[in-house]
Amino acid sequence: MTQSHRIAGGQIDRSKTLRFTFDGIPYQGHPGDTLASALLANGVRLMGRSFKYHRPRGPLSAGSEEPNALVELRTGGRQEPNTRATVAELFDGLEANSQNRWPSLRFDALSINDRLNTFFAAGFYYKTFMWPKAFWEKVYEPIIRRAAGLGSVSREEDPDAYDKGFLHCDLLVIGAGPAGLMAALTAGRAGKRVILADEDFALGGRLNAETLTVGGAAGGDWAAGVVAELATLANVRLMARTTVIGAFDHGIYGAVERVSDHLAVPVIGKPRQVLWRIYSKRAILAAGAIERPIAFENNDRPGIMLAGALRAYANRWGVKAGERVAVFTNNDDGLRTAADLKSKGVEVAAVIDGRDGAEVIDTSGRLGLKSIRVRHSNGRIEDIRVDALGVSGGWNPNVNIHSHHRSRPVWDAAIAGFVPGNDGPPGLVVAGAAAGFLSTHGALRTGRDAAIAALGLTGAAPDLPEAEDAPVCITPLWHVNHGKGRAWIDQQNDVTVKDVKLAKQENFTSVEHMKRYTTLGMATDQGKTGNVIGLAVMAELTGRSIPETGTTIYRPPYTPVAMGALAGRSRGKDFKPYRLTPSHHWATEQGAVFVEVGNWLRTQWVPKAGETEWRQSVDREVLATRKSVGICDVTTLGKIDIQGTDAGAFLDRVYANTFSTLAVGKCRYGLMLREDGIVYDDGTTARMGEHEYVMTTTTANAVTVFRHLEFCRQCLWPDMDVQLISTTEAWAQFSVAGPNARKLLEKLVDQDISDAAFPYMGAGNVTVCGGLRARLFRISFSGELAYEIAVPTRYGDALLREMLARGAEYEPIVYGTEALGVMRIEKGHVAGGELNGQSTALHMGLGKMVSKKKDSIGMVLSQREGLADPDGYRLVGVKPVDPNGRLTAGSHFLAIGAAPVAANDGGWLTSKVYSPHIGCDIALGYLKGGNAKIGSRMRAVNLVGGTDTEVEIVSPHFFDPDGERLRG
Amino acid sequence: MIIHHPILGPRDAQEFVYLGDASLIDRPDGMTAGVEAFHEYLYQRTNPAGEHQELWYHEQGDRSWLVITRNTVTHEITKVELARDVARSRGRSQ
Repeated sequence: MTQSHRIAGGQIDRSKTLRFTFDGIPYQGHPGDTLASALLANGVRLMGRSFKYHRPRGPLSAGSEEPNALVELRTGGRQEPNTRATVAELFDGLEANSQNRWPSLRFDALSINDRLNTFFAAGFYYKTFMWPKAFWEKVYEPIIRRAAGLGSVSREEDPDAYDKGFLHCDLLVIGAGPAGLMAALTAGRAGKRVILADEDFALGGRLNAETLTVGGAAGGDWAAGVVAELATLANVRLMARTTVIGAFDHGIYGAVERVSDHLAVPVIGKPRQVLWRIYSKRAILAAGAIERPIAFENNDRPGIMLAGALRAYANRWGVKAGERVAVFTNNDDGLRTAADLKSKGVEVAAVIDGRDGAEVIDTSGRLGLKSIRVRHSNGRIEDIRVDALGVSGGWNPNVNIHSHHRSRPVWDAAIAGFVPGNDGPPGLVVAGAAAGFLSTHGALRTGRDAAIAALGLTGAAPDLPEAEDAPVCITPLWHVNHGKGRAWIDQQNDVTVKDVKLAKQENFTSVEHMKRYTTLGMATDQGKTGNVIGLAVMAELTGRSIPETGTTIYRPPYTPVAMGALAGRSRGKDFKPYRLTPSHHWATEQGAVFVEVGNWLRTQWVPKAGETEWRQSVDREVLATRKSVGICDVTTLGKIDIQGTDAGAFLDRVYANTFSTLAVGKCRYGLMLREDGIVYDDGTTARMGEHEYVMTTTTANAVTVFRHLEFCRQCLWPDMDVQLISTTEAWAQFSVAGPNARKLLEKLVDQDISDAAFPYMGAGNVTVCGGLRARLFRISFSGELAYEIAVPTRYGDALLREMLARGAEYEPIVYGTEALGVMRIEKGHVAGGELNGQSTALHMGLGKMVSKKKDSIGMVLSQREGLADPDGYRLVGVKPVDPNGRLTAGSHFLAIGAAPVAANDGGWLTSKVYSPHIGCDIALGYLKGGNAKIGSRMRAVNLVGGTDTEVEIVSPHFFDPDGERLRG
Repeated sequence: MIIHHPILGPRDAQEFVYLGDASLIDRPDGMTAGVEAFHEYLYQRTNPAGEHQELWYHEQGDRSWLVITRNTVTHEITKVELARDVARSRGRSQ
């Protein structure tokens, strides 16, 4: 079968033949074809199965409004489901497959649903699959998902790239039909920067599908001439294959350009699609109109399509959809289809004009239309053998994008359609058929005038070419009253007139309720062909007018957008790039294991040869640090330089404790609250000079603390003399901890750092290795004699290597975040698990740090009754009674013998490690009335993990509680 | 959205971080106001369908906090001010 239905004419290149397959069967088409036009040219009408009833379906339309002909394109990682065959540009080698059928499109086992249709009316989910409740997830949903559905995804990675781009212009013209072309020409000739975008691969819109003339030339030729002129203008950007998907705020429009979808594989270096963000204060919506069908019994068979589509296939693609056709219309436009087809030599068996009282009342043909049953105005019923039927119920102005800011379209009885209201997106003007001007002349005129008005042009505008200006002669006909069968309104969702009646019967009469109850207007086509009929039927049933009934409105996107286009380059590791620490290269050389901490990749532990289990490495790192010296990269902590004559006073306001009294050259632990009194962040802040402090924050809050400080500085105390700058990236910082920490650093630091010269909690500017500027802080998170030393980031790697080399006699080790965690929990220091956004200073045992002598963020509300409850949560240490007992973070405290129910919950374990010094698991936790319970026994119960361990409540300071080591 | 920064001109809203109602500027004095006043300050918000003054932070920019007057229904922005200036005009100083 070689293009049996191809007829003369059309905008296809017959000198080239494209080979493609559909469901594995090879076919041929030509450049300029869509998949749908090529299949129709080969006599293939059956292209899909419907969503719910698995009814055989062919294309209803010739455009992006298509509800039926959804196919899977391409294979492997490039497979794309739910693509409309009516807009899929044909290319050589295209592999397309039908979807939602098994085992084949012609013999679909689930078409049994069609026989059982009485069970599947609107609302059947809600009524049928209610009991037993447990069945929903395990039984009903999987079955429904398999039975009712669209295409499938390949589950392979998409090999192609998607890009995002930004464009600016004076005027964005959406749609390149007669109105859009005239608007672009008017603005382009005036020298304005114009973007003309159209979803089609051929610009010209409806002119390419009609035999009408413009300025004496064939419409398509006139369009080609305008496009050629626009292409010569440097200030005009023509964007074919580009769908404007939405009107966003302040003149920002989204558009998807399908750069490579019409190619077997993208040209090397080119993306498959580009998501454009177009900035334009002024835009013209010239998106045309979308024809709507008429609902009658069995109006969904392959071969029944919109009259305008039937003639588009003939005029633009040189395809007759059938050998013998009929037209059913309620307006003059349908008559054009009959005339065009006849002039092309296609046999037109009948024109059924609803305005004369004639109606199509039923059809036959299981896999494709075989005949229609017509009731003539005199009541005579006649069966007419046809294999294609064009249906026109009138044209709906394509108001979609105009309603993206919630503008409701208004009813225009003259064209029996909704037209845009006057409250659309600012700067967006509607022209042409989209505004309800359905003649060619109306489109050309309003397109030109819209450009003049939008841009305030005063010069000579292009002359209007001569074109038809026929009035819209229409008598509304929404559905044919006949019989008890199903008459489809929304073919994609299998919503019929009966379903709307059922919605009315059950009082879902508002359009929004009707939509949700019946699913009318949902899924990939968003009701572009069905919505207006649905609400017209509801209006009729409820005895209201259509304007009274109202309409749902459209939201972005105009047509479905591939996830890849929305993601752009942000996929895989590029979605969330790693920040690498200065010691990363060294750690990689050592085979370190890394952990993600926010965006950072930190060393988790550094295994040595022979260590097979992570605990071996972590235990060794802890023991070696406490025995001699260990080094840890702490660059990830936030660092903020705070300067100004009010710097100290500022810190007093943002920290719960006091910093203005801190001596120069010293540092102090700082506790930062949120205004609600909950602990926000902590860290050490050093006073480097009279008016100069250096703050550190936790890794997690580095960005938000800085933001918060700027808020305090600018919004709360605008006249304080204080300046902030984030220096997190500027300094590489290492913790050097252990009894030999000072001895190691003395081999690098150029100044005297003896205990007398650089005491505990000292801070200052020093130099290392003979002059490199550095900052030194004598602070300890591990509980050891410890320092943090910072050098400019680019020296971080060198500093680490120097410390390891010069201090070799002390056998320094590098420890990771696990050992860091073990040592801080051994010392009872709080971190992420305790700074959980629910806990106050009091809960952490730091209540006395909140100074009441000064105003600070969170001071007042931290005193609220609930937060200051003396029997509230308190930080405690936890040890298993049996040293072999296992603890898990997240376990809940229960009294011995208490049932594991919420009423008996005493609190929870926040952090847990194995302590090589204590010789067992240890943990921190929040326990109600915890201080009074130290020394008692409880249980730590984890119902998820299935553990129930008897524990002893102890002080959170497991190791060196008097801090003798850090002052050493 | 496009925000017309008083210093930097029109900027894409993606460069900003949103905080909330600009009444957050009006923080009571912790040494004189009590829990009730802070409760009002922190938790009580009007939720207007219409003009709303709100705080935005130009994090991917010059780190200015801005007070933006925006219509919550239409997203129209009618005024953009430096929060520091607004704070001063409301009597805040040190």
